[in-house]
Amino acid sequence: MIPPSEMVTALAGILASGRMSAAILRTLRIVGIALVASIIVGFVLGALLHALPRIRRTVDPLFATYYAIPIYAFYPLFIVLFGLGDVPILIIGFLLAVVAMIISTLNGFDRIPPVLLKTARMYRMRRVRTALRIMMPCAAPYIFTGVKLAVAYSFIGVIGAEFIMSGSGMGYEIAFAYSNFDNQIMYPLIMLVLVLVTIINMVLHSWEKILFERRRRR
Amino acid sequence: MAKGEAHVTLQGVTRVYPGVAGQRPVHALGPLDLELATGEFFSVVGPSGCGKSTLLDVLAGLASVTDGAIRFEGVPIHGRVPDGIGVVFQEDASFPWLTVEDNIAFGLRQSGVEAGEVRRRVDHALSLTGLKDFVRAYPAQLSGGMRQRVCIARTLVLEPRLILLDEPFGSLDQQTRLLMGDELLRLWRETESTVLIITHALDEAAMLADRIGVMSARPGRFLEIIETGWPRDRDSRIVARPEFGKITGRLWSHLRVESLKTLGQDRPPL
Repeated sequence: MIPPSEMVTALAGILASGRMSAAILRTLRIVGIALVASIIVGFVLGALLHALPRIRRTVDPLFATYYAIPIYAFYPLFIVLFGLGDVPILIIGFLLAVVAMIISTLNGFDRIPPVLLKTARMYRMRRVRTALRIMMPCAAPYIFTGVKLAVAYSFIGVIGAEFIMSGSGMGYEIAFAYSNFDNQIMYPLIMLVLVLVTIINMVLHSWEKILFERRRRR
Repeated sequence: MAKGEAHVTLQGVTRVYPGVAGQRPVHALGPLDLELATGEFFSVVGPSGCGKSTLLDVLAGLASVTDGAIRFEGVPIHGRVPDGIGVVFQEDASFPWLTVEDNIAFGLRQSGVEAGEVRRRVDHALSLTGLKDFVRAYPAQLSGGMRQRVCIARTLVLEPRLILLDEPFGSLDQQTRLLMGDELLRLWRETESTVLIITHALDEAAMLADRIGVMSARPGRFLEIIETGWPRDRDSRIVARPEFGKITGRLWSHLRVESLKTLGQDRPPL
């Protein structure tokens, strides 16, 4: 393993040369799409499951064991179905992130005090308005935790899939360097992933902190 | 509607909760009859689980009656909150993501009230409830009593003609409760609304109300309706009057028996 100072220098060199820019941008684009899709779909499915408790009871055990499923085992199947492009990688990233979002949405909606829903009825608010004006803001901090987890999981999914079988992307470049014992490339790229996820999570964390801080009793 | 006329009428009001998962239905309330005059302050006391909160729910239109009828200003209430009724709940119902000001304005904005009118009513409610210095604060930054004041202010801005309060000071200490009672009496005088408060505190019921309805153990019915005879311009100092002790004594004589029934200790020893 090379020293961290050398990783930083090598990373600066890689970024300055621009030779990895296409791979980095490709990975970030796929992560971005997988993340946005998982947030939207995860939130909608979470809200639907909260409204349909019978179906929720049926799928709850699946959520409890979901992360024990080796999603990467389905990667060849996705390649057969969708070809060797970005789609199978995107699906892996999406599948890993979406359940964290569903669980967090359910958790947020479960924590809405019943008295707030009674208050909505007192204001004669319809269901959609109640969902938008009361349920969503009330559940927001917990939904936000889901977004944070989705960021991490979509990065894991996409880079992991690229690592296993892909012709480009950061995961592929890490795998290529790994196969060639090229520590001057592999460790700086791993560091780049770490830095990117840390920055995104720090921004989200500070936002989340504001949301929770407003509600913390003194 | 002129003062003294029946503002709210309950006739044979009954509420039975259907049995869940093979359990027997629960007869929670009634049959119960009551007339509330316009501008009256009415307290309801009763043992735990006697259906006090159910009474409030059916009165507010938050739950349907199984039998009987409720009329508010002559219009039947049945499972929908009518215009002109405001409810203050026992639990903290303030919205934690909104400031005090936005909490109070929430209902008005939902109803599409014009911004200038919202400003005027919110300012007035802030003055009435003594929250003027906390407009930008979030509920989490306030004490339990102040949060309940936010909820009261949020109800008052809607200018309800009937205000229903479900043990609004239940989580507060005795001194704060008496002081909050003073504030409630002041608001009642200023707004001239009809008020029905549900409470488990006998002194609170006796101090606040023109009339007190004493409820039986479940299914809740009125055992007696006691007239306090207090002047409209009253405050918590009436607790020192000898009549106050007589009223709370009379309330307790009913409630002791009913509470023992609830606890299952009304049977003679074996």
